[in-house]
Amino acid sequence: MKQAMPLTITSGRVVTPGGVEERDLLCDEGLVSEMQTVEDDTVFDAAGRIVAPGIVDLGVFAVDKPAFHFGGITRAALMPDASPPLDHPARIRFTAQSGKPDLWVHPLAAATAGLEGRQLAEIALMAEAGARAIATGRRWIGDSGVMLRLLQYAAMLDLVVVTHAEDAGLAGNAAATAGEMATRLGLPSAPVEAETLALARDIALAEKSGARVHARQVTTRAGLTLVRAAKARGVAITAGVTPAHFMLSDLALANFRTFARLSPPLRSEDDRQAVIEAIAEGTIDVISSGHDPRGPEDKNLPFADAAPGMAGAETLLAMTLTLVRDEVIDLPRAFDLLARNPARLLGVEAGELAAGKEADVLVLDQHAPWVVDSSEMAAAAGNTPFDRQPVEGRVVALFKGGVRVDK
Amino acid sequence: MTAPEPRPASDCFPAGGRAFPHRDLIAIGALERHEILYLLAEAEQYVAFNRQATKHSDRLAGLTIINAFFENSTRTLLSFEIAGKRLGADVVNMHAAQSSVKKGETLIDTAVTLNAMRADAIVIRHGSSGAVGLIADKVDCPVLNAGDGQHEHPTQALLDALALRHKLAERGHTAEDFTGLVVTICGDILHSRVARSNILCLQALGATVRVCAPPALLPEGVERMGVETYHRFDDALAGADVVMMLRLQNERMDGQFIPSPREYRHLYGLTAERLALAGEEAIVMHPGPMNRGVEIDSGVADLAGRSIITSQVEMGVAIRMACLDVLTRRARGMAGWAEPEANWV
Repeated sequence: MKQAMPLTITSGRVVTPGGVEERDLLCDEGLVSEMQTVEDDTVFDAAGRIVAPGIVDLGVFAVDKPAFHFGGITRAALMPDASPPLDHPARIRFTAQSGKPDLWVHPLAAATAGLEGRQLAEIALMAEAGARAIATGRRWIGDSGVMLRLLQYAAMLDLVVVTHAEDAGLAGNAAATAGEMATRLGLPSAPVEAETLALARDIALAEKSGARVHARQVTTRAGLTLVRAAKARGVAITAGVTPAHFMLSDLALANFRTFARLSPPLRSEDDRQAVIEAIAEGTIDVISSGHDPRGPEDKNLPFADAAPGMAGAETLLAMTLTLVRDEVIDLPRAFDLLARNPARLLGVEAGELAAGKEADVLVLDQHAPWVVDSSEMAAAAGNTPFDRQPVEGRVVALFKGGVRVDK
Repeated sequence: MTAPEPRPASDCFPAGGRAFPHRDLIAIGALERHEILYLLAEAEQYVAFNRQATKHSDRLAGLTIINAFFENSTRTLLSFEIAGKRLGADVVNMHAAQSSVKKGETLIDTAVTLNAMRADAIVIRHGSSGAVGLIADKVDCPVLNAGDGQHEHPTQALLDALALRHKLAERGHTAEDFTGLVVTICGDILHSRVARSNILCLQALGATVRVCAPPALLPEGVERMGVETYHRFDDALAGADVVMMLRLQNERMDGQFIPSPREYRHLYGLTAERLALAGEEAIVMHPGPMNRGVEIDSGVADLAGRSIITSQVEMGVAIRMACLDVLTRRARGMAGWAEPEANWV
């Protein structure tokens, strides 16, 4: 399917890990090419706009192509929490092909059979079938013995384990973080130590086993302190977050708004500030959407009965750009968080505009204004906690393997 | 026997519908101090009315009130039913046990169904916090919250305030609010919507509120609601003018919160000896149902001159009559109450 014709994107401001360069970008045979010009190529005039790597979204719960393309996402790592779970090589193989050619889906292998946290799944076979990493799913693995054996096995296979850091005993049936907001609303809540405890154990076991662990969402000051210290010791741990936890605090739960029901739940304002600091200094490596479209049957319910999750794919880039606008990070770092770092964790040759990498490219009108509208989303459902929020930054063209896919 | 006439517009309150510019009664947290006082003032006429030999009015004649209880209830349901019937409304009770109507798709459908039956007011109790507000958004008539999860139980807080005010008046206090009063609420604060509504209501009326419970039953951040927190009951009682006891809500407990009822009584049971630690002539309250011998001893619960537990029940009917009366005034076309929806807050 790859376009035989070479493609040149002209007059762009090309985002590379080293900086933003005003130059043309040549793509040949689906890859970014070193050459500057060739004969007979297709030309796309970026007209001074940002040219950046397509987003690699590490940890989505649904393959939702319209939303991904709207948001500039060219690769999505799918969480194993499907029904049935992605715990079998055949399902991995099928899923890995499901989006091609214009969206690549990287299925994450379920760590345990049925995601029940008891018995290791056939991880090596799933890796051969196309799984790029392992994930524990929405839940954490409560049995530390199982977790250690999983991490030892993953280390042997050199696969990253994507974890959910929430101690199940403390979290219970919590729908909010313990604090004033949960108390006023009368919602079942769990203390932030649910995250701290889970991270502390996973870090200890990562250190022992030598496995690479990616905590998909680290959302508290205490949790980020643990990750920072572990990284300083040389533990192979990375941390991610979704925009919800750097844009919103638990005040968003007011009036029992179920679009703000997330897992892990929204935290205090102090924790939100800690997440922003951690993004700025590099403790957080990945920003992902956690895309989980949920219709009214899951969301038009009393708060605690509603399903957690948000449709995040369309707003991922715009929300991350607020950090650029506020000078928390610069553009190259934004695309490290959105594309380069997740691509490295998944071991795919993409996520940066360097010669030889896959020509997954987005063209961004960085300051184009728009308003998030839950009733007019490209996603399968409009459950965004950012409804009615004015934002900046729209993808105006998207290329997968050098082929335009957004038209 | 004739119904009491509506009170003349008092200069204490804004005229007509502006005295209570809400379509629904969902939460004390949504009310201003003067709106709480207005409901209490409106309830006074019904206290007197309910003490007459014949107690029937046709004020709400022709209106249909549905009591939709998604959670078991005896006294609150009965209280609302009596309130509606004494005002002449057609009252229908819908028992929807939590087991049969469990998930929200059904909940929204139920709300739409009730709405289609053209109820003039709906009283709802539900086991999930926020559920009553969710239903209120889907219907066209006034909705009264009879308890939603661990969130609020506004009529309970109002009836407690009314009962307390009556007791204080009996003792010669003339203030309309509770400025300077120290109220200790002891028990399962974590799971209690009654505690949340009472904290907000008592504070709005000027009282100092203390809450007392073992740490596991005290919600994190409750001090941010402006209350003083205690773990030792004896300390919480010192100098208290009112002691409000709550029962352990075992049905809401997910896991073990206390070792045993016996040990709980040892630490938190209101005995005659403990009550002596509180202020002189301290008033004893309990929203019921009581677990005698656990959180409160019989001798204290029945203590003449001090316990107002039965008065709380009596005031409950009057408060609910007042709420039903006030909230249906617009539908009944009462002069000064036909405000457009846009003026509701």
